[in-house]
Amino acid sequence: MSTMTKFETTDKHRFLLNMGPQHPATHGVLRVILEMDGEYAMGIDPVLGYGHRMQEKMAESRTWPGFYPNTGRMDYVGAMPFNHGYVALIERMAGIEVPERAEYIRVITSEMNRIASHLLGIGAYVLDLGAFTPILYAFDDREDILDALEDITGSRLTYCYYRVGGVLKDIDDTFIKRTRAFIENFRKRIPMYNDLVTGNVIFIKRTEGVGIITADMARRYGATGPTLRGSGIAYDIRKSEPYSVYSHFDFDIPTGKNGDSLDRYYVRICELEQSLRIIEQALDKLPDGPVLAKPKRAKLQEGDCSFSVETARGVLTYYLVGDGSEVPYKLKIRVPSYSNLSLLEEMCTGMLIADLVSAMGSLDLVIPEIDR
Amino acid sequence: MQQIIDLIQTYSLLRMLIAFLVLIGIVFLNAIVMGYLERKIAARIQRRWGPMEIGVQGWLQMILDGVKMLAKQLIVPRDADRFLFRLAPLLCFTPVVMIFAALPFSKALYGINLHIGLIYIIAMASINVFAILIAGWSSNNKYSMFGAMRSVAQNIAYEIPILLSLLSVVLTTASFDLQKIVEAQSGWLWFAVYPNLFVAFVIYLIAGCAETNRAPFDLPEAESELTAGFHTEYSGFGFGLFAVAEYGNLFIMASIASIMFLGGWNGPFGLASGPLMGAFWFLSKVFVLMLVMIWVRWTYPRVRFDQLMNLAWKYLIPFSLVNLLITAFLVKMI
Repeated sequence: MSTMTKFETTDKHRFLLNMGPQHPATHGVLRVILEMDGEYAMGIDPVLGYGHRMQEKMAESRTWPGFYPNTGRMDYVGAMPFNHGYVALIERMAGIEVPERAEYIRVITSEMNRIASHLLGIGAYVLDLGAFTPILYAFDDREDILDALEDITGSRLTYCYYRVGGVLKDIDDTFIKRTRAFIENFRKRIPMYNDLVTGNVIFIKRTEGVGIITADMARRYGATGPTLRGSGIAYDIRKSEPYSVYSHFDFDIPTGKNGDSLDRYYVRICELEQSLRIIEQALDKLPDGPVLAKPKRAKLQEGDCSFSVETARGVLTYYLVGDGSEVPYKLKIRVPSYSNLSLLEEMCTGMLIADLVSAMGSLDLVIPEIDR
Repeated sequence: MQQIIDLIQTYSLLRMLIAFLVLIGIVFLNAIVMGYLERKIAARIQRRWGPMEIGVQGWLQMILDGVKMLAKQLIVPRDADRFLFRLAPLLCFTPVVMIFAALPFSKALYGINLHIGLIYIIAMASINVFAILIAGWSSNNKYSMFGAMRSVAQNIAYEIPILLSLLSVVLTTASFDLQKIVEAQSGWLWFAVYPNLFVAFVIYLIAGCAETNRAPFDLPEAESELTAGFHTEYSGFGFGLFAVAEYGNLFIMASIASIMFLGGWNGPFGLASGPLMGAFWFLSKVFVLMLVMIWVRWTYPRVRFDQLMNLAWKYLIPFSLVNLLITAFLVKMI
């Protein structure tokens, strides 16, 4: 996170290699400067900011509803939890009660979005390792989710479906039927992914013992999400400080053992099943009632407030300082991928470039979220 | 008409020219057919349609892709070695045509029959790595350089098991002449039926995958690591020639396998193998092998470079050496 001048090498065997901003393995506009010794990356320096959109500054220059659509644009792969965190923050600040049915719908859609995001993450990761086909199978399943979500939210990627005080529109029977059918179908597909990818000898050889993150390291860098859980720490905001109605459901936190790329990948596979369990329970228990609280002009109080949610990539925290007007005085967004990316240097120094790609892919980074 | 035939028969240079034009046509035709098949089969494996727009089932797609490549500008990077940069695709493509001349498609259908056909083909095939090295070096791009270096190391490592596994067939037939090797397998006893030669066949297939830079051994052009490897800087028909040569090499690899192990132009169950039927059987074997390689490509992830080298030096080479010894022993005994 510095400039080119970080490496002033006198060793004439070493040379600098620019990986990105347009490189297939960085999935976006991340640039990593590598100091190479042959095929070994001896120095790693991520350069950020190619997709910088001044999201935090934008939040300070418009009313809070005006900023709301931007939240989904940060992590376009898993936009629901990003929306969720923001509306929940405003609700906490303005003291708005949310009807229970709305909370259930939020959980259902958030978890579906998490599955879609994990599917993309897994598929893109295996693509990084050189297998072209699994990503298209993953897209096949993801398509079912996006179609279902499109039906109720009207969009496929950046939803803005949650409103302060509830959700935009109630879900209907078609959606419920569709979701149940998806769950049944997808349960059968998970073993297929395991057969095709997880059990593959080449895949295991490429990921086992590669990019090890110890529990201590993960704590030091503030890593969250599957990256942290892969290192064996069972930390999940949905369990440790349950927001919304997550405390109503019974689900496990899958963790890894060694903290290598294989563990991080496998944690994501296991989380698919856990998300399915949550959706199933939520559909069973879905209460009746309104989905949107009575509209009320929400003013931001003086003072500060924060709200954390568990996105597909880890902990997202919004921290808002209000000055009594409708425009936030300051909005700080703590995104998971930024902390996860910080691990890269310590994790990958001295690695082969192929392992570097494997380790970086297992972090499942979304670059616009890092750059904001 | 008679005059033209006379003219061709009198001037051998003219004959060679025509023969090579025909061969170049075959190489391009092969690339078109294989490119189309690969895209269609990959699409089937991935549950999509593949090319559908141009022609019935998109069969004209590859031809139009070729036209597109021809029409594109050949960009030479500023700091590249201009001469070598332009030379490399030609150097990659020419040996493929030269090898096609020596392949026996059937008993009567071949360009030229050499007594040392196998040695000639292996020698010509190893020019490919030279072309890739030149391409990577002259591009003056670090990714290209990586790809080229990987390719050289990989090809040197995998040529050894290929040669050793082919040698066991040569020991059995006591000939480098491809026609004689095929004739030795007439009837039903193709060489892949014998256990020791079957092992050689499997080793040859694995090593051949690596030799032609196909997934899961496509490290010289590993997309997610090296963007496009040695042909990163190539555009237009420079890239096109590399692609055509790649499919040509794939065809050569598969045809050597079918000549040496699967009976070449001999039909199965002693079925007729005249000049035309022989070519049919030969091509079917070649295409089945190529389809298997396409299938593998779209299924497996890519291995890491040290794992690739380990596979060659620790497993394939010792196994093929032992296999060669056993074959030599068996040949002496029987």
